[in-house]
Amino acid sequence: MSVLVYTESEEGVFKKTAFEAVSYAKGLADSLNTTVTAVTINSKDVAQLGKYGANKVIDIQNDALQKFRADAYAEAITEAAKKEGAKVVVLTSTTNSKYVAPLLAVDLDAGFVSNVVDLPTSTKPFVVKSSVFSNKAFAETEIKTDVKLIAVAKNAYQVKEVDGSAEVESLDVSLANIKDVEVADIEKSTDKVTIADAEIVVSGGRGLKGPENWHLIEDLAEVLGAATACSKPVSDMGWRPHEEHVGQTGKPVASNLYIAIGISGAIQHLAGVSASKVKVVINNDPEAPFFKAADYGIVGDAFEIVPELIEKLKAFKAENA
Amino acid sequence: MKILVCISHVPDTTSRINFSDNNTKFDTSGVQFVINPNDEFCLTRAMWFKEKQGATVHVINVGGPETEPTLRKALAIGADEAIRINTEATDGYSVAKQIAAVAKEGGYDLIIGGRESIDYNGGMVPGMLAKMLNYGFINTCIGLEIDGNTATATREIDGGTETIKTELPLVVGGQKGIVEESDLRIPNMRGIMQARKKPLSVKDPIDANSATQTTKFEEPAPKGDVKLVNTVDELIDLLHNDAKVI
Ligand SMILES: Cc1cc2nc3c(=O)[nH]c(=O)nc-3n(C[C@H](O)[C@H](O)[C@H](O)COP(=O)(O)OP(=O)(O)OC[C@H]3O[C@@H](n4cnc5c(N)ncnc54)[C@H](O)[C@@H]3O)c2cc1C
Ligand SMILES: Nc1ncnc2c1ncn2[C@@H]1O[C@H](COP(=O)(O)O)[C@@H](O)[C@H]1O
Repeated sequence: MSVLVYTESEEGVFKKTAFEAVSYAKGLADSLNTTVTAVTINSKDVAQLGKYGANKVIDIQNDALQKFRADAYAEAITEAAKKEGAKVVVLTSTTNSKYVAPLLAVDLDAGFVSNVVDLPTSTKPFVVKSSVFSNKAFAETEIKTDVKLIAVAKNAYQVKEVDGSAEVESLDVSLANIKDVEVADIEKSTDKVTIADAEIVVSGGRGLKGPENWHLIEDLAEVLGAATACSKPVSDMGWRPHEEHVGQTGKPVASNLYIAIGISGAIQHLAGVSASKVKVVINNDPEAPFFKAADYGIVGDAFEIVPELIEKLKAFKAENA
Repeated sequence: MKILVCISHVPDTTSRINFSDNNTKFDTSGVQFVINPNDEFCLTRAMWFKEKQGATVHVINVGGPETEPTLRKALAIGADEAIRINTEATDGYSVAKQIAAVAKEGGYDLIIGGRESIDYNGGMVPGMLAKMLNYGFINTCIGLEIDGNTATATREIDGGTETIKTELPLVVGGQKGIVEESDLRIPNMRGIMQARKKPLSVKDPIDANSATQTTKFEEPAPKGDVKLVNTVDELIDLLHNDAKVI
């Protein structure tokens, strides 16, 4: 009857979103008067999940799952969920969890709601609030099936530490129905913070005039330990790689801080970044629509402001280190 | 090769989103509907398979008669046939069940949909379809080549890309990258004329209960006024002491 939460790790190390998901599961379990079971695949130091509210951890260690494979992961999680008799299964909204979730929904015959932003508004009937229309609205949706599947939006639910510990139980999974897939190649820029994981994102638009000026964005990102991003035309013109395109048709951003430099704030751009908690705009046009959607703004020339910001932040960081 | 492209009919990206009937319904008045942007990239990739590898391309939508102009547009871009399953699309699970029923009969080698629709952002229909049909599944696909029965797909992962080799039949959840923005096609006059004569068949839905039901919508709380600052020092101070984000 417990709430089951899938906690994702990369190279064995839990992601912050995994702790968010356990905290969410704990909040949910409290309102359902039940316990939290976490399931995790090839992770290290799994007992730490107890600190966030897991009562039990199902620890799957399996060589066949060394590389992420959606169908195999879905099967493993399904096995854990069935074994626990879980009625609610909670996932995060990382790229891999979003890949697994629809497969899991069919395996468990579970109604599925993604981008969930808060605990259920009601548990009987079971109603959750999620972000829809690319952050332009919220929906309240009833899940009518016996088993329910929820994907929690990134940064929507705070990590909460509790006084608790988890018992760890290992599970051998059979993986009977796996398709033949060969992962031929993985290319990853390991030295860079990704937009998906970053607490801070620094983003540049057409106002930067050309790719030769991107050192401003990169240097600012470096001082802040931030990921770099860009508006759509910037990636369409080839100034920056496509992976950096954020917005409604690019990557979503849900960071703590989003700094937009030389970006006008078109509706499609705003839709994709508005889930960020604090937004700062630097733009020389006081009429730029982004000012209406931002928390803080400086009206001025990016070529003057950004270098000064980089220098002063360096000094600030040195002082506060 | 037989390809099915799933087309979601969504409000244009510039639409303001409003609700009616006491915030229980999406207010479609004045809203322009388009092919879901992710699906448009997928449809263009399918057209290349048609032109270069002789594939047949069908497009499908689950929805009421109001979605037909969107399907006609897909035909004008070059799809051979369109299918509309005549029922309101209420949740991803039931939409996937409807499409799976048609796909089973159609014997498609490749089914392509978008990574997500920009209206309900479920990100679920293609994956569910794959599972229901017992086909392979590649999500966040940004590159796809098919040679005989073998598919080579590149997909986006957090912080990079991954290239996978697998066999058909396959379901793909695609996005920009599967073709580029500049590859997208605007239907020309000839395409539009031809589309009028291409088959658009309307099928009755199967009995499939929806697993979820949206009961209410809410607009985001209005944003407070932006705080304009004059100096960089002031900005750093506010971000540190007020917003506490640095
Ligand atoms: C279907 C569709 C989907 C789309 N999806 C997306 C999406 O996902 N993401 C996205 O970003 N866009 C998207 N767009 C494009 C969007 O409509 C805008 O065209 C785009 O966001 C504008 O990019 P920009 O702000 O960089 O450029 P511009 O609109 O050209 O703005 C440049 C800004 O820089 C400022 N500026 C100029 N010089 C300086 C200077 N020296 N210092 C400071 N500021 C300066 C200007 O005042 C201006 O506000 C989409 C469009 C369509 C039709
Ligand atoms: N009503 C529908 N009819 C046909 N295809 C759909 C429908 N809804 C969603 N899809 C397909 O599934 C993809 C993902 O949609 P979603 O799961 O709603 O985010 C879309 O990009 C479409 O390719």
